[in-house]
Amino acid sequence: MSESIFNLAWLIPLPTLLAFFIIFFTRENKRLSSTVALIGVFVGWLLSWVVAISAFRTPERSLVEPFDLSIPYLPTGASFFTMGVLVDGLTAIMLFMVGIVLAMIFIYSTGYMTFPGFMEELLGKGSLPPFVQAQVEEAKAQNLDPKYSRFFAFISLFATGMLGLVVADNLLMLFIFWEIMGLCSYLLIGFWYNKTYPDPKQITPPKAGLKAFITTRVGDVLLLIGLVYLWLYTGQLNFRELFQPEVLEHLAESVMTLPVIGAVSAAVVISILIFWGSIGKSAQFPLHVWLPDAMEGPTPVSALIHAATMVSAGVYLIARMWPVFNAYEHGANGAAMFVTFIGAFTALFAATIAVAQNDIKRVLAYSTISQLGYMFAALGIGAWVAAIFHLIMHAFFKALLFLGSGSVIHGVEHGHHHAHAHNHDGDDHHKEEEYFDPQDMMNMGGLLRRMPATGWTFIIGGAALSGFPLITAGFWSKDLILAEAWYTGHTLVFWTLAAAALLTAFYTFRQIFLTFFGQPRSEAAAHAPESVKSMTAPLMVLAVFAIAAGWSGIETTWPIVGNVVGNPLGHFMGELAETYGLHYKELPFNPMPVGISVIAALGGIFLAWLVYGRKPLQAGDVDPLRRWLGPVHTVLRNKYYFDELYYFIAVRPVLWLARFAARFDRGVIDAIVNAVGSFGRWLARSLRRFVDEYIIDAAVNGTGLVAHATGSVLRLVQNGQIQQYLLIMLLAVLVLMAAVEFIF
Amino acid sequence: MTIPLTWYLILSAALFAIGLFGVLARRNAIAILIGVELMLNAVNVNILAFWRYIRPDDPSGQVFAIIVLTVAAAEAAVGLALFISIYRTRRSINVDHLDALKG
Repeated sequence: MSESIFNLAWLIPLPTLLAFFIIFFTRENKRLSSTVALIGVFVGWLLSWVVAISAFRTPERSLVEPFDLSIPYLPTGASFFTMGVLVDGLTAIMLFMVGIVLAMIFIYSTGYMTFPGFMEELLGKGSLPPFVQAQVEEAKAQNLDPKYSRFFAFISLFATGMLGLVVADNLLMLFIFWEIMGLCSYLLIGFWYNKTYPDPKQITPPKAGLKAFITTRVGDVLLLIGLVYLWLYTGQLNFRELFQPEVLEHLAESVMTLPVIGAVSAAVVISILIFWGSIGKSAQFPLHVWLPDAMEGPTPVSALIHAATMVSAGVYLIARMWPVFNAYEHGANGAAMFVTFIGAFTALFAATIAVAQNDIKRVLAYSTISQLGYMFAALGIGAWVAAIFHLIMHAFFKALLFLGSGSVIHGVEHGHHHAHAHNHDGDDHHKEEEYFDPQDMMNMGGLLRRMPATGWTFIIGGAALSGFPLITAGFWSKDLILAEAWYTGHTLVFWTLAAAALLTAFYTFRQIFLTFFGQPRSEAAAHAPESVKSMTAPLMVLAVFAIAAGWSGIETTWPIVGNVVGNPLGHFMGELAETYGLHYKELPFNPMPVGISVIAALGGIFLAWLVYGRKPLQAGDVDPLRRWLGPVHTVLRNKYYFDELYYFIAVRPVLWLARFAARFDRGVIDAIVNAVGSFGRWLARSLRRFVDEYIIDAAVNGTGLVAHATGSVLRLVQNGQIQQYLLIMLLAVLVLMAAVEFIF
Repeated sequence: MTIPLTWYLILSAALFAIGLFGVLARRNAIAILIGVELMLNAVNVNILAFWRYIRPDDPSGQVFAIIVLTVAAAEAAVGLALFISIYRTRRSINVDHLDALKG
């Protein structure tokens, strides 16, 4: 029964891929295109859940002897690259999350992708080419984005990438889908490529897309090198083959000699190379710089790619590959330490930056980086189950928060247009309006009354992100990570993460107070309408998950609440962890880490209330943090100047190199090429003059002349007189006969 | 007392020479055709003489003679048709005028 259901697994990425191709043909009709995409993603969701649930119901099958179906497709000489699907517990749990989050975000997008404000201005300037102008006007009449169909095609392709990555049974296939997602990320960040800002220093969507693509490329190249080494040492990329004890042992015992460091176990080197892929994709320090700028994309994209799914693919990769990290000395090795260090450092580092950001989406972006750091830290200390748990919970509430912020931005933008139209009625002189940023939280305030559905769901999501005790999903997963860190004696990691948790609660509620409470600080916020049903409905569904999903992982050792649900997720994942060679057991209840986690969450919320909730900011007020922290705040607001640093150490040298290369091209290469060309022409001219004319031509003409001369003699015989021919023939025969007679 | 073979051969050679002369010397196309016929018949006489005197039991000599007769008849038919056609277009069958194939 479940066998035949698992056979459906290879179908999971296909419906959305099909939708991607169908939209090529339906793109003229925007609503039809989004319907096609929705059908694709719903079928994908259905298949994912069917497969996931049947995997949950047959743990003996999905954990011990996972379903693995693969076909060879590319001969490599000694063996084949295969492609196939693997359905084990980790796949199932990811499918469960990815399926529903994808579907919710697709629904949300149908409401979100209305005609964007900046296109209005472009239309007003009349700088668009005529045929584009007509299309944009048509889109405006429908109040849909001019590239509505394209958007749905891209996110469908993205969904294919994510679903394919989750079901892939080998690293190469995983890498292929990984890159598909990278491509979609690039395309979607730069989706509004003709958007510009009055401030020339503010990054524009196409630049942000490029930045994301190039930054993640650094990680991806190292990941690919890791895969090549893995292939070299084991001849395997299939997960299950790779995780055979003897293969892992061989890998751990193989020694690579590195410059400077010396001999290191191949398992460690490969693990670190693979982790670099995750650093890029999951925006960990030092490759974190792309994610905040990726917020230039439409908000559903931020939710889909840059919060819930693609960035967590990095965590998924490490979780999936954990046996390799664990192979050498049971995880007490450099690779695991590296993961822990990067994760914990990023968790705190990103949280501090988030405190000083005013852009509603950038705060969330930094919180995503920080939470992903949490997951890596958890993986590094061996809290594998806690990391997966947090990954799933985070996907739910972060998707919720991003979609909520999109709804807010949408509302404020509408409010801005409304207020604008109202105030300037009949006053055409005010064409030169001041630039209004609908994402700046300083322009918001008091939105809870204007947008109750968005507001309440956002508060739920925010509470989950802060780890509001006992109720929210975020509390349970974050607490589990902290408890594991405490229990395993990683004190430094514990305190770092606890400090990050405090900051998380603080900036999240700072955001909530600034956005939803107090008085509106702009005309736009005062006129913001609630979003349409297709946007608020997914928010509500995700809000349910942001609370209730966490209950599935409450450890049974907890007093009172422990036995209500019975920790099904923990037990399921625990068994899975055993098959991965990790030892899992529920931790004894310890009030210390729990108490610190609760204090961090509530303390952060309380601090945020003190600063922003008690006396809400008025329009024109300066952020009080700025007064208190002084230059520290400036550093934080400028993200520790990492963009500037990278500009100096990476971008400038590359540009310099490019300019040098261009000059070298023009000065040296072009000169050589031109010289070769000139020499060729000179040679050809000489050959024509001396060889062609006097030798080749002479030979050809001589042949012709000889033939002509011979012909003019012989043609005299051919006079057309039949009797002469006969006479010649007769004479010839007589001569021949005489010859035969007398000579032979 | 029979006529010796050589007599037939002399007759045949004479006929052939007369025919050849006709072909080479006459200007009238029909006369040339008649010359050709004479040469063919000279050959026939030759074939039959050899058959009768050397291989009287083998019928292939007779068969050859019949084939030559047939070919001669066909040739005459085609040749005359050609001459009529030439005459219609050029109003002459003097072979001196028929030199369109000269090189």
